[in-house]
Amino acid sequence: MNAFFTPIISILYYALIAYLVVLIIYNLIKTKDWKKEIVYVIILIPFLLRLFMIK
Amino acid sequence: MNRKDIIRKSLIGLAGLVIMIFAGISFYQHRHYKEQVVISDQVKVKKLGDYFAAIKGTNNDCNIYIVEGTEPGATMMVLGGSHPEEPAGRLAAWIMVENSHIQKGRLIVVLSANHSATTVTRPSGAYPQLFTIPTTWGGQKFRMGDRWSNPLDQWPDPEVYIHYPSKQNLAYMDIRNLNRAWPGRANGTLTEKTTFAFMNLIRQEKVDVVIDLHEAELQYPVINTIVTHEKGQDLATMASMTLTDFEGFSIGTEFSPKNLHGLSHREIGDFSDAISLLFEAPEPFLDATRGITGEKQLLEGKDAFVVKAGKHGLLYAPIDDNGWPIATRVGRHTSTILQVMTSWNEFHPEKEIVCEGVPKYKELIAKGVGAFLLDPKTAGAGKVIFE
Repeated sequence: MNAFFTPIISILYYALIAYLVVLIIYNLIKTKDWKKEIVYVIILIPFLLRLFMIK
Repeated sequence: MNRKDIIRKSLIGLAGLVIMIFAGISFYQHRHYKEQVVISDQVKVKKLGDYFAAIKGTNNDCNIYIVEGTEPGATMMVLGGSHPEEPAGRLAAWIMVENSHIQKGRLIVVLSANHSATTVTRPSGAYPQLFTIPTTWGGQKFRMGDRWSNPLDQWPDPEVYIHYPSKQNLAYMDIRNLNRAWPGRANGTLTEKTTFAFMNLIRQEKVDVVIDLHEAELQYPVINTIVTHEKGQDLATMASMTLTDFEGFSIGTEFSPKNLHGLSHREIGDFSDAISLLFEAPEPFLDATRGITGEKQLLEGKDAFVVKAGKHGLLYAPIDDNGWPIATRVGRHTSTILQVMTSWNEFHPEKEIVCEGVPKYKELIAKGVGAFLLDPKTAGAGKVIFE
């Protein structure tokens, strides 16, 4: 059971990260506030590093 | 969105991209850095995957160094890198591989028991990614690691880690802790499969004694000690008494609690014929009250904040301004391994293990760790192995 579910949970986790990356980029494009743009870019970095399996 | 907005967003995005690229290169280089090991003709190298196919090709398919003696005898296994944020354990194992000459018996050495954990450092810990041991030939670099397997190799963690087979509840992140995953399971996580493979190795190679090398923060009560399974109580006690009397440092003995599961000193002894021992040396780098967590602190073991904690009676091991240098910590491990061999031979004269060439505590302190690391540039063809 463990061997069956573990890869599925991992795939769902990466799908969730990809979804959050899309949401952050969407908000980055939509916002007019430059301070929020900086915040979105900063929080995007760890999500992208994990999505690309670097960190 | 007007032209001004597009330019501003592009510049901010570009700055983020540059930061991400620099960070990404740094993380990638750490994860893929190749450490060099020089082996002699006496050393054969196998892979952990040779003992359990499911490990083959994974990040934990580590090297197994087998130093075969000229005469038969006992088989001893030394595990370095169960917790790669405890570098004295890996370095002591490194020195065993590069310097051991086995006359009787067999020595099996692992430098990166949890190889995955050697490829990452603790999040928010500000650890150095690499550290250098000075040598006469220019210095050798090693990866600093973490206590847990790299999340890139095993993720996500559960809410609660339920240890197999005891069903004991442990902290969630310890599902990636090699020394909470013994004896492992064939269909488990990468960390559980790794310990399962090691258990196969221990049984197939008929290992008599397993030694797991660790370091601990000075605020942790299990320190400067040999933790032993009940099968090894005589061996560990004899070794610790002899070391304390003759070697110039104090080391205790503690018995492995029967109801604390997942640890090597408990499960290897319970699930194989081997005696399981775990050595703890002091590492101020790991203390919660430490100062800057840099390479200097890692190698010199000096920390004014930890000294101050000692003055307030918060430590379980002594420390002064001289700290706990890496040579002292490595020397404690090599001397204790050699003393365990000697004590084993006293109990089992019909099945000895005789090892020469490995420096002891005082020699390591006098000459430094680097004096016993071999230069890969002068090694013969096929004699340099990568970790």
